[in-house]
Amino acid sequence: MPTKAGSLELLSQWGGNLLVGALSTIQISLWAYAFGLCLGLLGAVGKLNGGRVARGILDGYTTIVRSVPELVLIVILYYAGTDTLNRVLAHFGFDAVRISGFMAAVFVLAFVQGAYSTEVLRGAIQAIPIGQIEAARAFGMAPVLRFRRIILPAMLPYAIPGLANLWLNVTKDSALVAVVGYSELALATRQAAGGTKAYFLFYVVAAGIYLTISIVSLFFFGRLERRFRRGQHKAR
Amino acid sequence: MNWDWLPQYAPLLLHGIWLTIVLLVISCSFGMAFAIPIGLVQVTGPLPLAWLAKGFCTAIRGTPLLVQIWLLYYGLGSLFPSIPWIRDSFMWPVLREGFFYGVLALTISFAAYEGEIMRGGFMSVPKGELEAARAFGMSPFTILRRIWFPRAFRLVLPTLGGEVIGQLKATPLVATITIMEVFGVGSKIRQDTYHVYEPLLLVALIYVCLTFVITRIFLWIERQVPQKR
Repeated sequence: MPTKAGSLELLSQWGGNLLVGALSTIQISLWAYAFGLCLGLLGAVGKLNGGRVARGILDGYTTIVRSVPELVLIVILYYAGTDTLNRVLAHFGFDAVRISGFMAAVFVLAFVQGAYSTEVLRGAIQAIPIGQIEAARAFGMAPVLRFRRIILPAMLPYAIPGLANLWLNVTKDSALVAVVGYSELALATRQAAGGTKAYFLFYVVAAGIYLTISIVSLFFFGRLERRFRRGQHKAR
Repeated sequence: MNWDWLPQYAPLLLHGIWLTIVLLVISCSFGMAFAIPIGLVQVTGPLPLAWLAKGFCTAIRGTPLLVQIWLLYYGLGSLFPSIPWIRDSFMWPVLREGFFYGVLALTISFAAYEGEIMRGGFMSVPKGELEAARAFGMSPFTILRRIWFPRAFRLVLPTLGGEVIGQLKATPLVATITIMEVFGVGSKIRQDTYHVYEPLLLVALIYVCLTFVITRIFLWIERQVPQKR
């Protein structure tokens, strides 16, 4: 057990690595969240307006992703995803590409996020009173315009609590890519702890960093929700 | 696709599935037992206790389970051997195993998530029912036992099913601290046989089946006490 001065010394030595890891965690999470939202938006629109085949595929996607543990999915997609891509490229006569760990991590997390955001956004769109959408249609708005002007702003108050949860999940799920060896906060912590044997110290510090990210995000999403709920009836 | 390895590893896989179920059942039962007081004190408890429970839930829900597992296993696990009376105690054979830390981390995590849900459940029970119980002269504990908890539990039951599935999906994380549950077995097969996909796909399929079973169980429980909408 290191003494108090020892802890400070260790932190000043390894703190930089942890902060780099934390930045990496935030970066991965932001990209994965953004891509996941795009996937989710496509998925939700597809589930609501798509044909039989599209709906079937999307149902399979959300059901499987949501019933298989994230860790298992991440390991499968991390190895299988890069391998499949290279096989497809080889099939068409291209050279194999090396996918960076960062890209793979973002892609894998986004794929998982996409399934959850599909459900959140689908629920939010369905919560919009149908009359508002019919009114937009009656005004002759084209689908894209209708989506931008009516559906998007009207669904946001319903979607934001779910989306806030998803953001908190992705920051925590990003720790799982440590298992496949991409260096972010969790792995940087593991290395610092393993290198110095000060396990307790570094894991507590890492937990503190994750907690800070969560609490700051919660505050931010709370403000966002209040902004988008302006003009709505109070629930209580 | 090559499945030649399956017969050889079948016993190990079955044991892995068994271990996954054991982890799930233990952590959910103990977690739920802690979640009830955690939820309750946030609704009626004295303020310091309510803050403590709230802080516990926020801290656990705001940090990745993986970090919690590693904190307990490597952190506590490296602290304990240096304390003589723990080393000499009869608990030491248990405290030496990864299994103990896995169960502990999963239980704490479930308690925090469920504490939050139970809080919502306790708050959603209509006031009038509790007032009626009080008017009958029931003691606070009897109200809790006969009215408040059963009603709150029924309200959270559908959510609880989803949470148990979430907990199932959290169990593979303990494979990182040497517990050979089903994902751990899958990883071992991958290392032994150099088949990359087949073991993982089988493991994924096993989880889908387990999820299906849990969904059925909860549907069955919900049907026991039908709820008027």
